[in-house]
Amino acid sequence: MAKSSPNSERDHKDPPRPTINITDGTLIPLKDEGGLLSSWNISFFGAIALLIALPLFSPDPYLRILAFVPDGLFATFSVTLISICFSLVIGLFAGLGRISQRAWINRIATVYVEIIRGIPLLVQLFYIYYALGPLLKLQGPPAAILAMSICYGAYMAEIFRAGIQAIPKGQMEAALALGLSRGNALRKIIIPQTIRVILPPIGNEFIALLKDSSLVSILAVSDLLRRGREYASTSFRYFESYTVIALIYLVMTLFFSRLVAAMEERLRHRGNVH
Amino acid sequence: MATFIEIKKAVKTFGKLQALNGVDLSVQKGEVVLIIGPSGSGKSTLLRSINRLERLDSGSITIDGESVTDEGSDIRHIRQEVGMVFQSFNLFPHLKVVDNITLSPTTVLKKSKEEALENARRLLAKVGLSEKEHAWPDELSGGQQQRVAIARALAMNPKVMLFDEPTSALDPEMIKEVLDVMTDLAREGMTMLIVSHEMGFARAAADRIIFMDSGQIVEEAPPETFFTSPKEDRTRRFLEHIL
Repeated sequence: MAKSSPNSERDHKDPPRPTINITDGTLIPLKDEGGLLSSWNISFFGAIALLIALPLFSPDPYLRILAFVPDGLFATFSVTLISICFSLVIGLFAGLGRISQRAWINRIATVYVEIIRGIPLLVQLFYIYYALGPLLKLQGPPAAILAMSICYGAYMAEIFRAGIQAIPKGQMEAALALGLSRGNALRKIIIPQTIRVILPPIGNEFIALLKDSSLVSILAVSDLLRRGREYASTSFRYFESYTVIALIYLVMTLFFSRLVAAMEERLRHRGNVH
Repeated sequence: MATFIEIKKAVKTFGKLQALNGVDLSVQKGEVVLIIGPSGSGKSTLLRSINRLERLDSGSITIDGESVTDEGSDIRHIRQEVGMVFQSFNLFPHLKVVDNITLSPTTVLKKSKEEALENARRLLAKVGLSEKEHAWPDELSGGQQQRVAIARALAMNPKVMLFDEPTSALDPEMIKEVLDVMTDLAREGMTMLIVSHEMGFARAAADRIIFMDSGQIVEEAPPETFFTSPKEDRTRRFLEHIL
């Protein structure tokens, strides 16, 4: 009895291609990278040590600065968190639009992504706050959130699109063959698998947004950077003020990048995604 | 016996490739039809047209009198009655074995959790995997995954089962366990269309063998006739390669 070669129909699969893995957030720490003296440990604990040592040895102005700027943390985090939530919603729909089989939906979503990704965030902030200001009549914080959400929505859309397309085509076919509607197949089969794939890149976008939120300081939003600027401009302690601001941003982004790395690790262990 | 699946003048092209080039085929209720042919001969496309995973360019397909090819037909209703098993299993990796099986009955047929679970357990016993109820798909061997996939398709209580190269991705020692399940199904009177080159299975369980080449049916005959005295040259040449 002869059998067909078990591989005969699988030969069309693409050969493995070399891939590069670059993120635009802070470097995601890998597990076995240098142990105690890993670059992450040096940067993170170094920054914390400086934030403790500087006010200790030189309370004026460092302690004053440290007392003054944390007010801005609230604005920084609320702009970041609210924007990330909106951008996820925009990104999900735009991402679904990017893979929609309806040509006009597809076109709208793609044009949105192209336009937004082609304009610097700072220009978009100016555009919504100043250029469209008379029309929208938005205060600083809502304008900032709107601009950041629209901007990051486009990046999220690409993550959702890539995540959904990373799920093998057979998953949708199997779901449809079982009689599921396309919507049910998306909700119960495709999206749950997509989330595991896209959580780490979304974490990276969160970190990137946290950093980019410093741009909103120009829209009269009292975020971390603006508080630093305010202190510096009244005390003329530019070096000290911006050193503290830089260290606080560094601690935050490094902390979150470690969180994202841990999440990635957990997903890999639980990952039933093939 | 009544005609159950009726395919008329099916035509399908992918770009320049003529996958189906005017295929006529009717399948009786309870019949087990095996489709063989060289790769690219259109056999998978034919199978996938039956539940409209591929849309025909022209021609028509009806199942139990219901049109598959009419744009206005309720394709989801038809798909509920047509089980499909894929070469690459396509189990849902984020769902446990039992949830893979109960998903569609509870979502589509609105069966109660208890009823679906009871049915899933019965089907897992039938494919010999009762102990794997709570396993994740990636914890199973290929043969076990494919048996779960068969159980999942059967959970919808289909009137016909389509098998698209169900053993082609399996290691040789796992092929038999899947074929055994399929043989049982055939004995129980399930209407089956199978794209496969498992000739031992063809002899044991098939009522009819269809040989396709270049998007056309070249020859069809009961297994014995087909293997011992094929009429067409092309069939003979193909059989020389695979037997």
